[in-house]
Amino acid sequence: MAEAKVAPRPLSPHLQVYKWSWTMAMSVAHRLTGIALYGGIALFAIWLVALASGPSAFDAVQWFFGSPLGYLILFAYTWILMHHMLGGVRHLVWDFGHGMEPAQRINMARFTLVGSITLTLAIWVVAFLVF
Amino acid sequence: MADNRADTRVSMRTPLARVKGLGASGHGVEHWWIHRMTAASNIPLIIAFVIIVASLAASPSYQEAIAVISHPLVAIILILAVISVTNHMRLGMQIVIEDYVHDKGQKIAAVMANNFYAVIVGVACLYAILKVSLGRILA
Repeated sequence: MAEAKVAPRPLSPHLQVYKWSWTMAMSVAHRLTGIALYGGIALFAIWLVALASGPSAFDAVQWFFGSPLGYLILFAYTWILMHHMLGGVRHLVWDFGHGMEPAQRINMARFTLVGSITLTLAIWVVAFLVF
Repeated sequence: MADNRADTRVSMRTPLARVKGLGASGHGVEHWWIHRMTAASNIPLIIAFVIIVASLAASPSYQEAIAVISHPLVAIILILAVISVTNHMRLGMQIVIEDYVHDKGQKIAAVMANNFYAVIVGVACLYAILKVSLGRILA
């Protein structure tokens, strides 16, 4: 019996062969921010478990989040959360069959970035002014 | 080869299986659908979560943090958020694993680890929220 021939199948070109576009960048960003949030929620779990453990554990964790590195992480976390949320809204709009035209796609992708930065700054300003 | 069966519509599939229309896998669009459902529920819950965390931004004392998290309204919102988010992230990470991990054994191990991680994070958060809030009676 003849050996099965392994035909050279076309491979899907990977990210590096494409010219970057807004929609592509925001698609990649949506997945990366999702992965970051997946790890980042552990920080919230640690904070909650420390709160449930008692004052000494809580103070240690609170000291870390109050440090410059802690604030940097929380600020980055805020932006990542807002970016993934707006990216998700974009996907929900597409799920209903809207926003597929080229101009709409690019505008929605731009809005995801601009909106997430705006929301992040607004949240931090409000957090410091009001609370 | 000619099909000599008297009735070509004869099938091993039961009427119930035909009505369900799920084929051999036994399941359908649950993964996709629950991912969307939790995406929708995440939006109001995350907005509430951000407001709750922002109210704790001024490095609160232990007592102040307990007072905020143990308030029934806050605790209920956080419990809902934890359930919605841990499910959403579990489904999302499974898609990422299935996209990039091609070895079957590694893929099964990664999907299992993903499920364990999501459950551990979820249970840790829920336990902590319930521990600080149960038994508190608002004066």
